[in-house]
Amino acid sequence: MGGYAAFVWPAYAVTLTVAVLNVVWARRSLAQAVEAARRRLAAGGGDS
Amino acid sequence: MSWTWFHRLGSPPYIYRLAQRLTPWFAWPAGALIIAALYGGLVLAPPDYLQGDGFRIIYMHAPSAWMSLMVYTTMAVAAAVGLIWRIKVAHAVAASCAPVGASFTLAALVTGSLWGEPMWGTWWEWDPRLTSELILFFLYLGYMGLRGAIEDTQRADRTSAVLAVVGVVNVPIIHYSVSWWNSLHQAPSVMRLGKPALSTTMLAPLLMMLLGFTLFFVAVLLVRLRGEILNRERSASWIREALGT
Repeated sequence: MGGYAAFVWPAYAVTLTVAVLNVVWARRSLAQAVEAARRRLAAGGGDS
Repeated sequence: MSWTWFHRLGSPPYIYRLAQRLTPWFAWPAGALIIAALYGGLVLAPPDYLQGDGFRIIYMHAPSAWMSLMVYTTMAVAAAVGLIWRIKVAHAVAASCAPVGASFTLAALVTGSLWGEPMWGTWWEWDPRLTSELILFFLYLGYMGLRGAIEDTQRADRTSAVLAVVGVVNVPIIHYSVSWWNSLHQAPSVMRLGKPALSTTMLAPLLMMLLGFTLFFVAVLLVRLRGEILNRERSASWIREALGT
């Protein structure tokens, strides 16, 4: 990396980590919402 | 003219199912584009004549910065639609945008800092571009903090939407900061009038990365949106069907 490795690789690591974390967080938030909705249904919640 | 398509866009069950169906159509091309752009940016593109291999930070920094602005604009437009037409799904879109935008704004700030040190000789400068981008990060945090502090979802939607809409004034300030004021930061090389200031071998991976990140945002947004819709819905019949319970 022509002397710039200490700057280039961390930049790639930070950005790609942010991307991966976004996938993990999005899936987790959906899973939590699904779980909460299932609990509401099981408890007989809902308007209809 | 039929307005049924418009009403359908406001229908939570319709959007939930649409989001579910569309996600892979954005996620896979996003992954392919980002991998191809990484190869193009790290292997195929030649070192810059001035910055050497240091310029390769552009392939992470510029797409992150693009995300920070594009996601905020999406969030503000969705929040405005939610406020004006009282569409729940629009508020759900706005709420889904914030964590994605905040994280990529942080990535833009950190990668910018990593680029600034070797090129400008400083990690940070209270420069118009850098400062306005930092304000954007705080706007995202404020939006999320405000949502988290209000328990009632409808009230959280409306109150945070006002902040999102007011904060959008910062977006053009960030974009034009390098032209309006003296800035350490360079002027735009791609999003400018006339030809981009990069050679094709350097430009192609950057454009692919920008498109890849944009598709990636849509895919993540669609997944988050489903969760936000479920949290806002109390109608058991379609949820039971959608969850297969």
